Amino acid sequence: MSIQDIQEEIVEEFSVYDDWMDKYNYLIELGKDLPPIDPKYKTDQYLIEGCTSRVWLHAGLDREGKMVLTADSDAIITRGIIALLIRVFSGHTPEEVKNADTAFLDRIGLQEHLSPTRANGLASMVRQIRMYAVALSAQK
Amino acid sequence: MFDIQKIRKDFPILDQQVYGKPLVYLDNGATTQKPQVVLETLERLYDRENGNVHRGGHHLSVITTEHYEAARETVRQFIHAAHTHEIIFTHGTTSSINAVAFSFGEKYVRAGDEILVTEMEHHANIVPWQMLCERKGASLKVIPINEAGELRLETLETLITEKTRLLAVTQVSNVLGTVNPVKEIVEIAHRHDVPVLVDGAQGIQHEITDVTDMDCDFYVFSGHKIYGPTGIGVLYGKEKWLEVMPPYQGGGDMIKKVTFEKTVYEDLPLKFEAGTMNYIGAIGLAAALDYLRDLGLENIMAWEQELLDYATARLKEVPELKIYGNASHKTAILSFLIGDLHHSDVGTLLDKLGVAVRTGHHCAQPLCDHYGIAGTVRASFTFYNTKEEADRLFNSLLRIIEMLK
Repeated sequence: MSIQDIQEEIVEEFSVYDDWMDKYNYLIELGKDLPPIDPKYKTDQYLIEGCTSRVWLHAGLDREGKMVLTADSDAIITRGIIALLIRVFSGHTPEEVKNADTAFLDRIGLQEHLSPTRANGLASMVRQIRMYAVALSAQK
Repeated sequence: MFDIQKIRKDFPILDQQVYGKPLVYLDNGATTQKPQVVLETLERLYDRENGNVHRGGHHLSVITTEHYEAARETVRQFIHAAHTHEIIFTHGTTSSINAVAFSFGEKYVRAGDEILVTEMEHHANIVPWQMLCERKGASLKVIPINEAGELRLETLETLITEKTRLLAVTQVSNVLGTVNPVKEIVEIAHRHDVPVLVDGAQGIQHEITDVTDMDCDFYVFSGHKIYGPTGIGVLYGKEKWLEVMPPYQGGGDMIKKVTFEKTVYEDLPLKFEAGTMNYIGAIGLAAALDYLRDLGLENIMAWEQELLDYATARLKEVPELKIYGNASHKTAILSFLIGDLHHSDVGTLLDKLGVAVRTGHHCAQPLCDHYGIAGTVRASFTFYNTKEEADRLFNSLLRIIEMLK
């Protein structure tokens, strides 16, 4: 599935919840199911600046040259947000990730319902993923 | 008799829904809501009575100047200062502390000197002193706290040396709610000829404050935390200090005579009020203080104590909830963490349930470091809160735990 298709799918999933508590409940469930990051990446080197909670993010390439993103956070809602980002971007080539938009974050209403500090954190995460994509596409 | 339902009607903002839920406002430590009488005062001033203070000889200017100077007198009475000219208006607590750090620091602090603060200070009562120390080559020393969140006063005598130039201490901790024995601290400091600045930002609205009895040298607070407008604050200083301290800002209104060769400064308090002051803020603040005086601070304190006791008991029923700050004398601030739940998760979900709290380090990172935590959830109650709101907090927390576990 393309990055765009996955985004559509997520928008669709969120559209069934009209109450914000339900949306957060869903994010929390996604956060709980986020696969663990390799402990060796849970260091300051992989920490993203500017988040209300601590977020570690690592990106590598698999044999097919597709990005593999893993991440963790000490806050579970943040883990849920990361899980969404990983679902959208992981498994695609760095070129695809570099050029993709993140309109789905606005469309599910996440951006506007986050506190300004959390919204900054989200922007930092997206920026970090793009930076990885740029670095990995240069590496190829 | 404290008629809470009648009092809540004085605060129109409280009667609203957020995310479809009735608002429970428990972030009073960050800022307080304004009673109708303050809102009406601000509107009337801009509507009918606005003229710049101390300047024009015209009708509006004269009226505003009278109100402004009356506001100064209202503040004096509220904190029981000896003289009206010891009350300086500023932008808030932070600017008051910076003013003292600059002005007192310029005159009295030299290389090798020491400034004493405490482990529970807000960054506003740490950073200006650190900046002063950097400018002058002085150093900062810290009075530690115990596990309950009380100052370890037994360390004070050894921390004060002949190099100590000033002690800066908060009246009430913004994270823990601890009410510090400031009078006792001043007494000890004065025995060693060390002047004391008391940060009243979290104290003045919850404790009866008498700077003459306390005998502090400086006392500072913010208007917006005591039901007044934002952008107005107070610096009280003893005349003996303010007279000899140099002004920290130059400009209009703070001068008697200006020539290119030399400027003669105004007398107190104008010497420290350069430029157009936030006179409307000051008059609004006075309206808030009048409102509190009419309610009676004793009544307010009694209700807040009742709320604190009730809310504390309720929170203790929440599984795995730990309260930070268990001083024997504290205001109605409840900082807590639940198990290993992240404070930002709890705060985000409380918000969606209509309960406004603050999460994070609350501008007191050294204090959080003391407890080895990144932050807390802080529910700060005030007199317009109710026991039903404490119940809402409790029930919301149970629901949140269910979601997050």
